[in-house]
Amino acid sequence: MAEHIIESIFRFLPEIALTVTLLAAIVADVILKERNRNVAWVVLAGLVVTAVLVLRQAGWNESIFSDMLAVDPFAVFFKMLLVVAGLFIVLFSVKSRELELNSTRIGEYYMLITGVILGMFLMVGATNLLMMYLAFELTSISSYVLAGFVKNLRRSAEASMKYIIFGSVSSGFLIYGISLLIGVTGAVDIYGVRDALQAGVEQTSALYVAVIMIIVGFSYKITVVPFHFWAPDVYEGAPVTITTFLATASKIAGFAMMIRFFRISFMESGVLSIGGVDGMLAIVPWNMILAVLAAFTMLGANLMALWQENIKRLLAYSSIAHAGFILMGLALLTDEGISAMLIYLAIYLFMNMGAFYVVMIVANKLETEQISDYEGLGHRSPFLGVAMAIFLVALAGFPPTAGFIAKVYIFGATISAGWIWLVAAAGLATMISLFYYIRVVRNMFLVAPKETDGPVTLDRGSMAILIALLIPVLLLGVWFTPIVTWARDAVIMFGM
Amino acid sequence: MEFTIFGIGILTWLVFLPIVGMLIVLLIPGENKKAIRWTAAGVTGLQLVLAVVVLALFDRAALGINDASSFQFVEQFEWIIVEAVPWVGKIEIMYFLGIDGLSVLMVLLTALISVIGVISSWSIEKMVKGYFALYLLLVTGMMGVFVALDFFLFFIFWEVMLLPMYFLIGMWGGPRREYAAIKFFIYTFVGGVLMLLVMLALYFSVAYTNDAGEQVHTFNLLHMMNSANFVEGSILYGMDTTWRYVAWVALFISFAIKVPLFPFHTWLPDAHVEAPTPISVILAGVLLKLGTYGMLRIMYPILPDGTVYFMYLMAFLGMISIIYGALCAMAQTDFKKLIAYSSISHMGIVMLGMASLTNQGTVGAVLQMFNHGTITAMLFLIVGVLYDRTGKRGLYDFGGIANQMPKYTGIAMVAMFAALGLPGLSGFVSELFSFLGAFDAFRWITIISVIGIVLTAAYVLWTIQRVFLGELGDEHKSLADLTGRELLMFVPLLIIVILLGVYPGPAIELMNTSLSTLVDFVNVAGR
Repeated sequence: MAEHIIESIFRFLPEIALTVTLLAAIVADVILKERNRNVAWVVLAGLVVTAVLVLRQAGWNESIFSDMLAVDPFAVFFKMLLVVAGLFIVLFSVKSRELELNSTRIGEYYMLITGVILGMFLMVGATNLLMMYLAFELTSISSYVLAGFVKNLRRSAEASMKYIIFGSVSSGFLIYGISLLIGVTGAVDIYGVRDALQAGVEQTSALYVAVIMIIVGFSYKITVVPFHFWAPDVYEGAPVTITTFLATASKIAGFAMMIRFFRISFMESGVLSIGGVDGMLAIVPWNMILAVLAAFTMLGANLMALWQENIKRLLAYSSIAHAGFILMGLALLTDEGISAMLIYLAIYLFMNMGAFYVVMIVANKLETEQISDYEGLGHRSPFLGVAMAIFLVALAGFPPTAGFIAKVYIFGATISAGWIWLVAAAGLATMISLFYYIRVVRNMFLVAPKETDGPVTLDRGSMAILIALLIPVLLLGVWFTPIVTWARDAVIMFGM
Repeated sequence: MEFTIFGIGILTWLVFLPIVGMLIVLLIPGENKKAIRWTAAGVTGLQLVLAVVVLALFDRAALGINDASSFQFVEQFEWIIVEAVPWVGKIEIMYFLGIDGLSVLMVLLTALISVIGVISSWSIEKMVKGYFALYLLLVTGMMGVFVALDFFLFFIFWEVMLLPMYFLIGMWGGPRREYAAIKFFIYTFVGGVLMLLVMLALYFSVAYTNDAGEQVHTFNLLHMMNSANFVEGSILYGMDTTWRYVAWVALFISFAIKVPLFPFHTWLPDAHVEAPTPISVILAGVLLKLGTYGMLRIMYPILPDGTVYFMYLMAFLGMISIIYGALCAMAQTDFKKLIAYSSISHMGIVMLGMASLTNQGTVGAVLQMFNHGTITAMLFLIVGVLYDRTGKRGLYDFGGIANQMPKYTGIAMVAMFAALGLPGLSGFVSELFSFLGAFDAFRWITIISVIGIVLTAAYVLWTIQRVFLGELGDEHKSLADLTGRELLMFVPLLIIVILLGVYPGPAIELMNTSLSTLVDFVNVAGR
């Protein structure tokens, strides 16, 4: 037992590194006082160390702390994405004017960011149902605070409040579902749930309710229509950096936990879609529920995005729509679908962050988030305009950007699994999405700037960040072997 | 046949030279307009030289179409390879270029029109750097589509054209440019999504066995053409199934939008009218051909059953386009819009010819693609010349130009009569072949379609009368005749139009072998 714990601790180093970073951030905040902006560099260093430690876990396939967490290729893939997201968010935060104006508590901010990342790390690895819930809460509660970080701004406070209410509801659903599931199966970890389901359970109606509850709980987190209502308001009200974080990292972690839960508990390992799965599906057609939700999400969110005037709201709806595209992969019951989800999430991370970063720069320089104020931006700052255009067409799924590859794989997996109506809905949703993405591009380039508007200049740091985000978006569009190979290998979870 | 320069195949040079040019243009400071223009001219000029080399070395007897070994200038490399795992087979995407009789003339046409477009762009003064960067990107996309033999690659080039075109129309166009640009964009994007879905469905239905004995899913068009490669039980397996027809219709719509075929044509008049002259030239000269080319390269041989099943539909839509386009052209008072509608009419002839599934009709159709490219490019340039000088292009705004601008009028007459189908000029030969081929296959549709020729004669002659004959208005007494630069863009086209009119043999020989292979293949596999 003791050996297991010691071994587990050595397999838990990235999380420990994050905890140390978190503590270091608090200490640094106290020591640095007025210069507490520099806490960012402490956190940045901590994240780099964490990244190195995560990389060392490549190829491991272990369960640690008595089936509490898994350290497997799947978790490592997501931890890597999260740490990259974290690095970019810290860099964004350093450049954010919004945060600079509230810099007295900035140390706290970085501390909370680290806390959220730690929670997400636990989310992607959690295999114990209670651990899942705890990790879920750790992320959520820190996020509530972050969303309202600029507390003297009314809309920020409002965003935080809304987020708390909706978040609590979703947690409620999740814990309710989990307790029912534990009651029905008598197991506390997903492996136990699987075994119990394969052996057959008697209270099928309770199982039905449990699955629905769990789906609803997750749906809030990953913003699936009709459980998305909080997202546009929260995304609009929160500081841009936190919006970016919620729209990318938070969603990625939510998907990771969801995929692992459904994959291990409800899909039989080895040969998919025969045997135990059918029995499960006969009781709860959960994959059909997910498919319908995905279709609603894609179409609904894309339609709603058409009317938006605020760029943050627009991107909020866009990110909801992307959740729909990604969710398709889970309904297919194939590993192909899951690997397509991983590809999509990885690419989504870069293109969405890029778009939000441009939004932040524009908000810094021009103090506006209105799409109409983007008029002539392409003329005022060609680099910024071109970068934004590339991120937007990538989000729309244009070749030769990475966004196209993401769509190809998720559509392909759906076709391959024979879900033609679903892929037709996705195709339609893609067509709709073009309208609002191109509207921003149109404003930037096709409308000449007003004569009073001078050029917008970029500092070197922002340019470097943009280039760092542009490279993967463009490179993965023409040479995607690495991401595809990596995602293919990362569908391996412990216990399959 | 192979031809390499510095170890890189000639087709890669053809496709990626413009990208190199684009990067150079981006490095030149924006004020140095001259250097930017000359770079673009140099790059496209070089591309034309390479295209001529390809033409000279081209082996006319080689089959192509579905026979990998007889494609020419082939370059095939593994681009994306993902090794097999238990739950998914090996994934293979190839960088696969090659040409045969179907594409060789299109490559030449693209290179030629690109150079002429650059010469015509000389007068553009607004944001020159951005203009030529986008222009060169567009050229890469066009050239790429004509030489790609892997569906994935084809699709990427296909979509790469979209954004530059959107910006070129939307930023350098006329008063209603925004509307025209977005309309063009939406139409083509919808087509693109349909094509993407069919492409993926094909990908998952087709698997060939490679040398190592593995089943490999592939985007290789030639493997998709072999019906033995369709995996049993997959969505597009079999012949004459519902899903194959659905796939055919989706693919047909995506290409028909580009052609544009009635009823998917409404973007074209707007785009043409608002686009700056050189972009209209590119649009009419090359872009419209991509639609019919895509049908012949992809839809015909991969889904021959659908092609045979729907051949009457294609012919019927071709007929409607011919008649409807000509009638609309007759009703226009805007010179440029008239030519736009005449394009719809002439592309209808292409459609009719190729729908016949006869050797003659298909040869006529492909030749008509080339001829329409050269003739319509000339017509748009002709409008552009007048528009540059006067800022007007209404048909009733002019009159009596013939005396004032004799050289211009001479060239315009040749182009107009070629469009009308006058024997001795290139349009006649290809239209004749198309109609002859179509007559074998569908008698009544062809007979009705020929009415379109009469209508064409009517609007062309009427236009000549209104613009070139009659009284010269006082405000036009100072109009200057063609400059040296303008002559430079007309003369090559003029020579081709006359040459192919009196001696079309060489052009037909270039494509005949490949096209008869294609027609035989579709007729055998589809019936």
